[in-house]
Amino acid sequence: MTAANPSAPRRARPAPERTILLVLIFLVTSALLLLSHNSDLLGTLGGLGRLLQNPIVEAVIVSLFLANVLFAYLWRAAPWAKALVGLGSLLLVLPMAGQEDTSLLDLSIQIMIFAALALGLNIVVGLAGLLDLGYVAFFAVGAYTWGIFGSPRFGEILRYYGENPGATNAATLAFGLFLTAVTAASMVYIRRRVVRPTRLSTWSFGLASFGLVAGLLLTGRALLVLNASRAQGLANGIDGNFFWLFLALSILAAAIVGVLIGLPVLRLKGDYLAIITLGLGEVIRVLANNLDLFTAGSQGITPIKSAPVPWFDRLAGTLGFQPDQYYLLFLYLLVLAMIALILTVNIRLDRSRIGRAWIAIRDDEVAAQAMGVPLVQTKLIAFATGASFAGVMGMIFAAKQTFISPESFNLFQSIGVLSMVILGGMGSFPGVILGAAVVTLLNLRILPGLGEATANLGLPQQVNPGQLQRLIFGVILVTMMLLRPEGLLPNRRRTLELHQDENQEDESAQGEGRALTTGGEVYSPGFAPQKQEDRAGGAK
Amino acid sequence: MKKSALSLSILAALALGTASAQTTVKIATLSPLSGGQSDLGTQIRNGAQLAVNEYKAQFQKLGMNLQLVAYDDQADPATGTAQARKIAADRQILAVVGTLNSGVAIPSSQALASSHVAMVSPANTANQVTDRGLSNMNRIVARDDAQGPAGANFITGNLKAKKVYILNDKTAYGEGLAKEVEKALRAKNIQVVANEGTEEKSDFSGIVSKIKLQRPDAIYFGGIYNQVGVFIKQLRDAGIDTPVVGGDGLDSSELATIAGTGANNIYFTTVAAPIDALPAAKVFAANFKKTFNDEAQGFGAFGYDAAKVVLQGILNAARANGNKVPTREQVEAAIRKGTFTGLLSGRVSFNSVGDRTAATLYVMNVQGGKYRLATRIPVKPARQ
Amino acid sequence: MDLATLLPFIVNVIVGGLVLGFVYAIIALGYTMVYGVLQLINFAHSEVFVTGAVVGFEVFRVLAPSPMNGYLKLLIALVAAMAVSGLLNVLIERLAYRPLRNAPKLVPLITAIGVSLILQDLLRIIEGFQGRFDLTYTLPAGFSGKFCAAQSSCAAAGDFLRTVGIDLQLKDVILIVVALLSLGVLNYLVNRTRLGKAIRAVAQDRVTAGLMGIDSNRMISATFLIGGALGGISGVLFGMKFGTVNAYSGFDPGIIAFTAAVLGGIGSIPGAVLGGLVLGVIQNLIGVTNVFGSLLNIANLESINASYQRIGAFIVLVLILIFKPTGLLGKSNVEKV
Repeated sequence: MTAANPSAPRRARPAPERTILLVLIFLVTSALLLLSHNSDLLGTLGGLGRLLQNPIVEAVIVSLFLANVLFAYLWRAAPWAKALVGLGSLLLVLPMAGQEDTSLLDLSIQIMIFAALALGLNIVVGLAGLLDLGYVAFFAVGAYTWGIFGSPRFGEILRYYGENPGATNAATLAFGLFLTAVTAASMVYIRRRVVRPTRLSTWSFGLASFGLVAGLLLTGRALLVLNASRAQGLANGIDGNFFWLFLALSILAAAIVGVLIGLPVLRLKGDYLAIITLGLGEVIRVLANNLDLFTAGSQGITPIKSAPVPWFDRLAGTLGFQPDQYYLLFLYLLVLAMIALILTVNIRLDRSRIGRAWIAIRDDEVAAQAMGVPLVQTKLIAFATGASFAGVMGMIFAAKQTFISPESFNLFQSIGVLSMVILGGMGSFPGVILGAAVVTLLNLRILPGLGEATANLGLPQQVNPGQLQRLIFGVILVTMMLLRPEGLLPNRRRTLELHQDENQEDESAQGEGRALTTGGEVYSPGFAPQKQEDRAGGAK
Repeated sequence: MKKSALSLSILAALALGTASAQTTVKIATLSPLSGGQSDLGTQIRNGAQLAVNEYKAQFQKLGMNLQLVAYDDQADPATGTAQARKIAADRQILAVVGTLNSGVAIPSSQALASSHVAMVSPANTANQVTDRGLSNMNRIVARDDAQGPAGANFITGNLKAKKVYILNDKTAYGEGLAKEVEKALRAKNIQVVANEGTEEKSDFSGIVSKIKLQRPDAIYFGGIYNQVGVFIKQLRDAGIDTPVVGGDGLDSSELATIAGTGANNIYFTTVAAPIDALPAAKVFAANFKKTFNDEAQGFGAFGYDAAKVVLQGILNAARANGNKVPTREQVEAAIRKGTFTGLLSGRVSFNSVGDRTAATLYVMNVQGGKYRLATRIPVKPARQ
Repeated sequence: MDLATLLPFIVNVIVGGLVLGFVYAIIALGYTMVYGVLQLINFAHSEVFVTGAVVGFEVFRVLAPSPMNGYLKLLIALVAAMAVSGLLNVLIERLAYRPLRNAPKLVPLITAIGVSLILQDLLRIIEGFQGRFDLTYTLPAGFSGKFCAAQSSCAAAGDFLRTVGIDLQLKDVILIVVALLSLGVLNYLVNRTRLGKAIRAVAQDRVTAGLMGIDSNRMISATFLIGGALGGISGVLFGMKFGTVNAYSGFDPGIIAFTAAVLGGIGSIPGAVLGGLVLGVIQNLIGVTNVFGSLLNIANLESINASYQRIGAFIVLVLILIFKPTGLLGKSNVEKV
C-alpha cells in the first residue's frame, strides 16, 4: 500500500472512534460477569443459567470482562469513556463480582502480582537486555522478609537465640558494626578512587565484600541475641501495623539482594548471565529450604498477617462483604495502587536518562560505554529496580497466601514470568501487563475450566484437557512466538528494530521507507521463511 | 451472524451436557494432575472417582445427581489456593478430597474454611495441617508425629537397630516425617548418624558411599516411592542389605518394580490395609485396573477412602436434612462428627481438629518383591 | 576413622562423580552443539534426552524375553534412541526454531520452553495409555552385577580395582566406554570431516559460510541431528545407570548439564566434557562434605550434605565464571568496535 502512495503514511487514517462500542461492551460484559457469579439469580434462569455456569463460558466471561481495561487503553474513545470503563471495571464491577465469588479477587490479585513481576523483569530483560532466569529469587526475598516477621516465626528465632547465645554479647555487636562500617567504606573508596581496575583492586574489593557480609551477619546475630528476651511478646509475630514499614523494607531487602547478586555476575554477557542467575535463583530457594531456623524449611511459614485496617474493614462490612473477604479486598486495592505506582515509576524511568542508558546498553554495550554510560552501575540499577518490584509483590503474596514455602519460588515461576514478558511484548509496559494477565488467566481460569467442562465427557484420562495444561500452554507459547514474535502489544521502537532489515532492504533502499514512527504492518518471520532461505542458502 | 448462531448453539449444547432434571451434587478433588507429581495426584482423583461411581446409585435414590470435579493444583500453593477459591464459589460442591502436598493443603484449606467446604485429605501428614484447628480440614492418614514415632518404634523394637541413618526428600512430607522419626529415636537414645535431605531423584552414589562408610543398622527414608525405590536399588547394587524403613509415601506396588532385585528388607508404615488382608481391597484393585487401565497404588486407595468419608458424610447430612441436599455447614459437621465404615483403612472418625481418633498403622514388609504384613501398630493422635 | 577406610570412600565418591559426570557430559554436548551454531539455549534438549531414555526403555522391555546377547540389546537401544531423538531434534528445529531465525534471541528461547512443555506431556500421554508413569529399565542379566566378578575371565582386574577401593558395576564401565566412544566419534566428525568443517564454518559466521557455498540450514539440521543423537545416547545411558525415568525427569539433569556446558565454556566440545566431569565430581564431593566435617570436627561443615549438592554446582559455576568469564575452556571473545 505504501508503494502505491508513498507520501501518505498509514497513520493518516485515524483509528475509528469507538466510544459507544467501548461503553456498550463494558456494560454487557459487566452484566454478564455479575450475572454469572450470582448463583441465586442463575438458579432462576434455567438453561441460560446453566450455560453461564459452564466453567468454560465463565472463564471466557471473566477474560472478556478483563479485556475491557485493555480496550479502554487501546481504542480511540472519549476520555470520559476510557476513565469510566477502566476505573469502573477495576474499582466497581470487579469487587462487586468478587463479593459473590471470592476467587475473582484472588485471581485479580494474582494477575496483578504477576503483572508487577513482569514489569520488573521487563526492566532487567526488556530494557537493559540482561537475561535473568532466577528472577523469582527476589520475589522470595520479599515474601520471606514479611513472612518471618509477620508470623510466629520471628518469636521462635528470638527464642532460639535466647537459648543458644554462644559467645555473642554487646562486644560482638560493636565489632559487627565496626566491621560493616569499615568494609563498606573501603568498598566505596575503592569504587571511587580506582579508575582502571587492577588485579589488586579487584581482590581487595572482593575481600572487603566478604568482610561486609561477615559484619552484617555478626551485627544481625548480635541484635537477635540481645533482643531474645522479647520472644514472649512476639508469639504471633510483630504488630500488624509494621506491614507498612515492611512494604518499604521488602523493597529495600530485595534491592540489596539484587545488588549483591548483581555485583559479581554483571560482568558476564548474555547466556552466561542467564545460567548464573538461574543458579543463584536456585541457591535462594535451596537456602530457604535448608535454613530451617529462619524459614521453617520445607514446612513453610504460617499464619502470616496482613495489615489491620479497621476503618477499611468497617467500610467493606457496610458494603456487604464477608469478614473473610476483607483482607483480600484490601490487598486487591493495595496491589492495584502498587501497580499504578510501579507503572508510573516505569514510565518515568523509561523516559529518563537512566532508561535511555539501559536501552543503549541493551543495543550495544561497547558503544554505550564509549558514550560514557557507566556499565556496571547502570546494570546494577536495572537489577535492583527490577528486584524491588518483585520484593514488594512477594510481601503482598505472602500476606495473601498467609502461608509461604520454598515450593512457591522454583525455577518454573521464573520461566513463567519470563514467558509473560516475551508473550506480551518485551519492552512494552502495557504489553507485559497483558502478557501477565493472559498467562495467569490461562493457568488459573481458562485451562482448568476447559478441564472441568470436559470432565464428564468420558474422555480417557490420559487425554483429558484438565490434565494437559502444560501441553496446551506449550502449544500456545510456540504458536504465539511463531505468529507474533514481537509479542501481543509490542513496543513500537522494538517492532521497528525487528523490521530494520527489511525496511532497509525492501523499502528504505528504494526511497520508499515508511516514516519511522508509523506502526506499520507487523513483520512476522513465520510467514516469510523465503527471505531466510535466500540469505542462508548457497548450495542449491 | 451464522457464526454467532453456531457458537451459541455450541454453548447451548455445552450447557445441556450438564443439565438434568435432578439436583446436582458435586464433590471435588484437588491434587496435581499435571507435572512431575501427576501420577500421584491422578491416583487420588481416580480413587475418588471409583468411590463416586459406587455411591452414584445411593444418591440417585435421594434424587441427587452425584458428580466428581477434578481440579489440578499443579503441586503449587498459589494455584491450589486459586482453585480452592473457585471450588468455594461453586455452591454445588459440598466437600473436597485433597490435597497431595501439605504446602498446598494449608493455604487452600484456609481459603475454603470460611465457606465451610469440608476437606478430607488422603495424603497430608504434616502436623500443621490440622494443628491450626480449622473446622473444615480432616485427614484419614496418620500425622507425622504419630507415624514418625511408629516408624521409630519399629526400628528399635523389631529391627533392634542401634544406629540409624535418616534421609528425607526435602519436601514438607518427607522432611516432616523424618524429623519426627529423628526426635523419637533420639528420645530412645539411639544413635542417629545423620538426617540428610536430598532433592536428587537419580544419583545417590554419594549417599550410598556414606552409608557404606558409616554402617548403620537401619535406614529411614522419608519420601515418595519413586525416589526411595531408585535409592534402594543403588543401595542394594552396592552390596548393602541394611533394612530401609519409610512412611506411607512408599505404599505402592511400583516400589518393588523400581527397586527391582533390590526389593528386599524394606518396611513402610501405612493406614491402608494390605490387599490380601481385606477382600474389599482386592475388589478395589481389580476395579481400578478395569476402569483406568492402571495399577492402584497407595494414594489411589487413600483417595478412595477419603472420597468415601466425604460421600458418607454427605449422605448422613442429607438424611438428617430430610433427604434433601444438605448445606455445606451440615456436611462439614457431619464429616467431623461421623463414623465412617467400609473403608480400606478401617473405621474412620475424627477428633476435634480433624485427625483420626484411632487408626491402625500397618507395617508392610517387602521381601523379594513381595509385600506382606509385618506387624500392626495402633496409633492415636495427641489430642482427642 | 582411619585412612584405610577413608581412602576407598573418597576414591569411590570421586569415581561415582566421574560416572555421573560422563552422563552430564554427553547431555551437555547436545546443548553446546546447538548453542555453538545458533547461540540458543535449547531448553527442549532435556526432553529430547528423556525421549531417548523412553525409547531405550521400550527397546529393553520388548527385547527382555529374547535370549539375545545383552550388548546387542544395548546396541539396538542406543541406535533406536539416537534415531528417534536425532530426528525429533531436527523436527523441533524445523518447526519451532527455523521460522524464528531472525527474531531476537529470547523468542526462540521461549519456543524452546514451549516445546519442552509439550514434549513432557506428550511422553506422559504415550506411556500413560499403557498405564505407566515411572519407567523402570529391565536390563540384561549381569549389567547390574559387579564389573569383572569373581568367576569371569578378568577377575584379576576386578579384584585389583576392588583392592584400590573402586567399586564399579558392569553398567558403569559400559557407560564410560559408550561415552568415550561417542566422544571420539563426535570429535572425528566435527574436526576431521567435511561436514564438521561446514558446521564449524556456519557456527563461526553464517552469512560468510553461505557465501562460501555452505547451505547453513542443512548444516544446522545436521547439528541438531547430531545433538539429538547424543541426547538419545545419554538418555539410554541415564536410564541404564539410574534405572528409572519418567516424562519429567529430564529437567533436573538438563539444567545441570547446561550448567556444565557453560562451566566448560559454551560452544566448546572439550569444554562441555570437562564441565560435566567437574560438576559430577564436585556434586558428589559436596554431598559428602559433612563426613569430613565430623572427621575434622568443623561444625559448620557438618551441615553441608546432599541437600546442598545441587547449589554447590551453581556456586562453583559462579566462582569460576567470576575469574574466567568465558568458562574453563571458552575462548575469550574480545569485542572489536
